[in-house]
Amino acid sequence: MTRHWRFIPLALFVALVGAMVWRLATPPDTQVASQLTGQRVPVFNLPAAVPGKRGLSSRDLTGGAGPRLVNIFASWCVPCATEAGVLAELKRRGVKIDGIAIRDREEDLQAFLARHGDPFDRIGADDQSEVQIALGSSGVPESFIVDRAGVIRAQHIGPIAAADIPAILTQVEAAR
Amino acid sequence: MTRIFLALMLTLAVPALADSTMPPAYWSDRQLPDARQEAAAQTLMDEIRCLVCQGQSIADSDAGLAGDMRDLVRRRIAEGQTPGQIRAWLIERYGDWISYKPTASGAALPLWLVPLVLLILGGAIVARRVRGKRS
Repeated sequence: MTRHWRFIPLALFVALVGAMVWRLATPPDTQVASQLTGQRVPVFNLPAAVPGKRGLSSRDLTGGAGPRLVNIFASWCVPCATEAGVLAELKRRGVKIDGIAIRDREEDLQAFLARHGDPFDRIGADDQSEVQIALGSSGVPESFIVDRAGVIRAQHIGPIAAADIPAILTQVEAAR
Repeated sequence: MTRIFLALMLTLAVPALADSTMPPAYWSDRQLPDARQEAAAQTLMDEIRCLVCQGQSIADSDAGLAGDMRDLVRRRIAEGQTPGQIRAWLIERYGDWISYKPTASGAALPLWLVPLVLLILGGAIVARRVRGKRS
């Protein structure tokens, strides 16, 4: 009996190595989802990011104007440029899109919109990532789908790819 | 000579544009004038996880978002909020993940219970051995 006991450390070691190999082979999901999905958007009021286009406040989202897609982006964010074409396609299919520009300069943003298109009804300037943090967003680009009552119904982390369009449209329909 | 010059030029090269060019937020790298408030902010910032460089605290990270979170922590401490309130506000948004201070519930529960179990187990083994030697 006692002879078998001495193999316990070896068994534990093998189990540990197994766990390590498994974690290396299937890395954990590093995305941090916002806990606010299912709740109302926090109160905020962002100034206009570019001249000639209004800024974004939480009232624009809670006032029955939804469903709306709130895209958190920046001109300095490379994946945001690739996402721009997909946002334009979503707009063409009737999705109302607002933007929150993170830590951005007016002239950089204008150049970005001129080059990659401008699907945004409003763009708020979030110069200190305050609203981004208040929304529980952890990077750019990210998108939130907000329903008529201003409740966040879905969050999309990372750039929306062309392949994601049907899923996004379904989520927007569900938020109607 | 040219080679050395080119090599030196490399030290001046900047990484590809992938971060904001805006200056850091006011309180991101500036201490609060009140030493006690700054100490409270520092303790909290060491325990809040950076969302960009996951594995670093916001106190350690150079990411723009971490700077903005340090600014948020210092401003709220200066406004009179407690570190507990700020931590709770962040957990409301990002979940327990954002805090390095483990909670005594859910997935972290074994963290608190396993040492106790091991202690009892070890005690039992020692007790059995001691008794065995006496007899």
